[in-house]
Amino acid sequence: MPDPMKIRANQLGDSTEVKVLMSHEMETGQRKDAQGKVIPAWFIQHVDVTCAGKTVLTAQWGTAISKNPFLSFKFKGGNKGDKVVITWVDNRGEKRTDEATVA
Amino acid sequence: MYRRLCLAAVAGALAIAANAAQAQGNDTASEIEKYRQALADGNPAELWEARGEAMWKEARGPKKASLEKCDLGMGPGVVKGAYAHLPRYFADTGRVMDLETRIFHCMGTLQGISEAESHKVLFGGPGHRADIEALTAYVTSESKGTVINVSLTDPHMKQMYAIGEKIFFYRGGPHDFACATCHGEDNKRIRLQDLPDLTKKAGAQKAYSTWPAYRVSQGELRTMQWRLNDCFRQQRFPDLVYGSPASIALTTYLAYNANGAVYDGPALKR
Repeated sequence: MPDPMKIRANQLGDSTEVKVLMSHEMETGQRKDAQGKVIPAWFIQHVDVTCAGKTVLTAQWGTAISKNPFLSFKFKGGNKGDKVVITWVDNRGEKRTDEATVA
Repeated sequence: MYRRLCLAAVAGALAIAANAAQAQGNDTASEIEKYRQALADGNPAELWEARGEAMWKEARGPKKASLEKCDLGMGPGVVKGAYAHLPRYFADTGRVMDLETRIFHCMGTLQGISEAESHKVLFGGPGHRADIEALTAYVTSESKGTVINVSLTDPHMKQMYAIGEKIFFYRGGPHDFACATCHGEDNKRIRLQDLPDLTKKAGAQKAYSTWPAYRVSQGELRTMQWRLNDCFRQQRFPDLVYGSPASIALTTYLAYNANGAVYDGPALKR
């Protein structure tokens, strides 16, 4: 089971700001280990964010994203108390979903 | 819509690489500072803090106990602000201990985890995580904003400080280096990294108050023990034994010199 994400969601005027830290190795598939063998690629491929049940962001990620990625974005139409649910799926099919309440 | 967001995220990642290449000049430090600010709200050290907190409160080891009754010097169970007063002399073990050695001590006494077991992974890497790094991250995060105040009134502490100072200025190894060779003057650097002058108050405070830290280039959270260990490696000294009296003496020297600084870790390093 992957480690939980750290999510902050704040209402700033008429927009909602979400900041999320994800725990992931994000291997590019370009590196080699001490034995010279290629370390297989392992990265978050898909990110999906909903607020109060409505999708506000979907993203397709690749190997250019850093290890333990940090994502920050704003959207309109959110309200205090809404539930923000974030899900990522990596290329091994592993999955993690966490949620936070807009403050 | 999502394509733009996706591009923005990629651009962010690329910008870091571009900055590093473009800033070969004297503004490297300011560029790194900008990068630090951009990540101020998203320091991955928080992931270690969260893991460490969960681990601290979880019943583990043969005795199925949590670390919540661990005495870090302010009484059993007091974590808040404890790191700002470490290292210190502990009467129950009869020695001066820093945070890492004290946590290992608690793992042994409270949880019954043997030293061989708890010392298996001291420095984390891909595929092998170090519990001590997460636990240290959690405990130090509970001292954020506390003024560092290490006391030398105990004679054991005074002795440790004196030994630490001696090691700091001791020249040796194939390069005839001392810690002070790099950290005893202003404006020294290794490659593009500015080195703090640890013999001066301001330098010692800035350095000591920002460890442990998430090291971006390694993607890991590193503790003070790692910092000292790597300094010894860079000097081509013999390996500094983890938690050894020498390492604690050096930590005592650095911590006391940083007294009065507001603790600001776990921080973010390049």
